[in-house]
Amino acid sequence: MDLDTSFGGNQSRFPETRRSAVIDFTSGDPSVRERAAEALISAYWKPVYKYIRVRWGRSNEDAKDLTQAFFTRAFEKESFRDYDPKKARFRTYLRACLNAFLAQDKQAAGRIKRGGDARVVSLDFETAEGELRQHDVASGELPPEEYFHREWLRNLFAMAVDELKRACEEHGKQIQYRIFESYDLREDGDKPTYGSLAAEFDLSTATVTNHLAAMRRALRQVVLERIRETTATEREYKSEVRAVLGIEV
Amino acid sequence: MSWLPDSVVDHLREAVTLPDFSATRYELIGEIGRGGMGAIYAGRDTQLDRRVALKILTVLDEDSQASARMAEEARILARLEHPGIVPVHDLGRLPDGRIFYAMKMVEGQRLDAYAQSSASLQERLRVFSRICETVAFAHAQGIIHRDLKPENIMVGTFGEVLVLDWGVAKITGIAREFRAADAPARADTLRGTVIGTADYMAPEQASGAIDQVDARSDIFALGRTLAALVAGAGPPQRLQAIWGKAASPDRAQRYAGALDLSADIERFLGGEPVLAYRETVLEWLARLIRRNQPLVLLVAAYLLMRIALFFFTRR
Repeated sequence: MDLDTSFGGNQSRFPETRRSAVIDFTSGDPSVRERAAEALISAYWKPVYKYIRVRWGRSNEDAKDLTQAFFTRAFEKESFRDYDPKKARFRTYLRACLNAFLAQDKQAAGRIKRGGDARVVSLDFETAEGELRQHDVASGELPPEEYFHREWLRNLFAMAVDELKRACEEHGKQIQYRIFESYDLREDGDKPTYGSLAAEFDLSTATVTNHLAAMRRALRQVVLERIRETTATEREYKSEVRAVLGIEV
Repeated sequence: MSWLPDSVVDHLREAVTLPDFSATRYELIGEIGRGGMGAIYAGRDTQLDRRVALKILTVLDEDSQASARMAEEARILARLEHPGIVPVHDLGRLPDGRIFYAMKMVEGQRLDAYAQSSASLQERLRVFSRICETVAFAHAQGIIHRDLKPENIMVGTFGEVLVLDWGVAKITGIAREFRAADAPARADTLRGTVIGTADYMAPEQASGAIDQVDARSDIFALGRTLAALVAGAGPPQRLQAIWGKAASPDRAQRYAGALDLSADIERFLGGEPVLAYRETVLEWLARLIRRNQPLVLLVAAYLLMRIALFFFTRR
């Protein structure tokens, strides 16, 4: 089984090939711009929310409003249009925009109009708040840039795992996903052996390792597509892949 | 959305790039090191039940120049059957298209670490001499290493050496016949391309004059390697002259071959005059005395006795 190519056949290629939302965000077509905005929000709202909560020490309610306001303002004012990939990575630029926005809000003693005029993005803040409670103590002590990077990575992999899970359900590969979930999504002390997985799923050990390898390959492809979506140039894409996965593409 | 703890995120980052050896005879044990375009893993050959080292590309593009280069590196190594060159057991491709090859698991320490050890000057020079012999063997096969440096050389417990990382080797003359027929033209052979490591790179290599890169470029790197190996041991002038000649900016002034360099090292070890250094009469005398210490002591004792006798009989 080769998940990279056979997942869904020609009709619905898995993983979906993604375009750069950073580039699409500058498109003249409102529908393209809308899709790009959604992609950027999905990739960044959680890191932004957690960053505001943990690194800026804002309350739950404040952080919700500020997250909404940050994205709404960024899209209204088209702040991301000023991004120059030659100067920094997009996530570094976004964090700089966020810092400037929060500093401005602090100076104006919270006068920034929360929630925005045009739209309120529907985000699952309760889940994000719940995740914050599960955070490792050490992660809150990281320098701001590292903390933001860490949360961005967590969100990137969480989105990719969810996408993989959906695709497996759609294409009847639940067993493969459950093997992957049982082995790769468990913490180190909790991992089963290949042998116990083989017994649990009534498969040979070789089949278990094959399924696991195929799932990892598929997840890698999803992660690569997600990185492509949040980078503007081939150079930035390669640099992010190197930073996230330590490989050359 | 799934909640992933830090440890799971870290595991996934590693797991999704782990080479998939499930369709091969090898089992992955763990990563040993990585650099440039490749990573080396410790593995186990399940058929022969022995430990092996597995080198794999970290580049995902299966048609890349890097793939061709790694396949060529494996072929070069397979041809270079010498105790100083790590033997290659197997060359293959993983399901994701990446090239890998299996080789003997090398035990020992890198030459840069060895240079920091308490090994004596003589031991270091014997090790260096073995490196020269290995490089000379490769040169005789038409292979120029092009990236010789302490980090690419391993020293075993008994002073045996292994020259590693032939990934940027240049194939010349006779060796060309052995290149794969379908091997694509290598970009690094284009004039103006710089390959190697700055501190150890000969001027002709650093300037990208590919057509001027030959065995003498490796001699330059060997000269720099010698300096790094013995510099901390207070080397005498004659030895400094050896690495000065080897690493001369003018390639016509360098040793013509690695064996010539090795021979000068052997002469130095044997207390004989070296090609790289013209001695003064005093230095010649001092070296002669050092080399023939028992005889000199004997003659000196004899002369002292004669002088003593001379004065004693005159009284």
